[in-house]
Amino acid sequence: MTQLQRTPLRDFHAARGARLVDFAGWEMPVQYRSILEEHRAVRRAAGLFDVSHMGEFDVRGPGAAAFLNRLVTNDVARLFPGRVLYSPMCYPDGGVVDDLLVYQRAADDFFLCVNAGNLARDLDWIRTQAAGHDVTVMDRSAETALLALQGPRAVAILQGLSATDLAGIGYYHFATGEVAGVPCVLSRTGYTGEDGFELYHAAGHAVRLAEALLAAGAPHGLELAGLGARDSLRLEAGYPLYGHELSPAISPLAAGLGWTVKLDKGCDFLGRDALVAEKRGGSPRRVVYFRTGDRRILRPDSPVLNASGTAVGHVLSGTLSPILQEAIGSALVETAAAAAPLAVDVRGAAVALQLVRPPFVPLGRT
Amino acid sequence: MSSVPTNLRYAKSHEWVRPEADGTVTIGITDYAQNSLGDITYVQAPKVGAVLATGAVFGVVESVKAASDLYAPVAGTVVAVNPALDGAPETVNREPYGAGWMLRLKPADPAAAGALLDASAYGALLG
Repeated sequence: MTQLQRTPLRDFHAARGARLVDFAGWEMPVQYRSILEEHRAVRRAAGLFDVSHMGEFDVRGPGAAAFLNRLVTNDVARLFPGRVLYSPMCYPDGGVVDDLLVYQRAADDFFLCVNAGNLARDLDWIRTQAAGHDVTVMDRSAETALLALQGPRAVAILQGLSATDLAGIGYYHFATGEVAGVPCVLSRTGYTGEDGFELYHAAGHAVRLAEALLAAGAPHGLELAGLGARDSLRLEAGYPLYGHELSPAISPLAAGLGWTVKLDKGCDFLGRDALVAEKRGGSPRRVVYFRTGDRRILRPDSPVLNASGTAVGHVLSGTLSPILQEAIGSALVETAAAAAPLAVDVRGAAVALQLVRPPFVPLGRT
Repeated sequence: MSSVPTNLRYAKSHEWVRPEADGTVTIGITDYAQNSLGDITYVQAPKVGAVLATGAVFGVVESVKAASDLYAPVAGTVVAVNPALDGAPETVNREPYGAGWMLRLKPADPAAAGALLDASAYGALLG
């Protein structure tokens, strides 16, 4: 068995009762006390997540902007220093390599935040694609830690620890500053559907920053939250997770992320031809989101059946919404079948899917 | 550490059994089991009147993580199921030996519970 990688906060988590599990080769806290309680704490007050396993790449040079606009499907030309962009990054066939955030620091200076599970493959892919472009790609993941402070109380907690005017940082914008004396990139982004910040900082400061945030947040109801709550929060918000709603087999169009595919952004990009064709012809399968009115969780890979019991797709993600107290999830289904009744078999009982447009609950930040 | 009350009997499959004064037995899952499962989101119990053989699957407990079968530690007829678990399955996490009980059986063999593990044997199993 290979040694799991550890974030600088591994012992911090263990000392606070975390249940540590293997997530994409990282020893990560899945929960501290209760996934459901941590989820509710984020919707009600605030949660602190260690997401230092995620990858950060600097992309710099005179050709950086043009290169990135060729690399991803969203329009990097819309960025300016201090602005963040969410985008899929596609293969030529329109399948997804990864979904990521693009940060612009200066005219020729960007950084990317990518999924931990895809980090090595992304780096290879990006470096291969960078050939012939005047850019330098540097992996900064090992020296970079990332804490996400999310929830309606997040800004109040953070403002007490920082001289940076947080009200001046809009959604999907960022600034550099200090939090509890620790130099940070303060990014008003997140993966929970709530207001909040993601704080990039040097790995050596992670414990100090986490301790300061936890202490400052306690009177506000801040709780440590693990990857279990992160997953149920993102699903309730209707955000895709790579490997579930996005994959080499699920294009951004099939995933319902058409708003991130800028076919007319004025330059060619990887996957454009395939995505133009898919848009014209329609996606043969698409991602749908469902609730069931039932507490039984529909598990990934369970077949989705039409009225005559024929499999027309499969479940991608499923959990119990701690807010709705019913099972919610996503499925990949044949587009032609999605308008008719669908069900999933749970131990011999057919549970009907009620298709909905996420988010499943009202969000603090949409 | 998991709690293992000394007044109960245990199955290796992590159910507990409590003989009652009226000759029935109450059955639930252990603290170790609830802790391993994590947040419990659904409990599927049998119907009152169902007849269970020793080791038969009597229901399913679901957590955020997974669904697991529940096994009858002794044979018998179901005389009650815990109605509170329908709307509040998390009770099993909070009080696995109390309000989180799952069902009550009239055992086929009144002495069957005595053959199960006692607290020290079950505790040893947990290591």
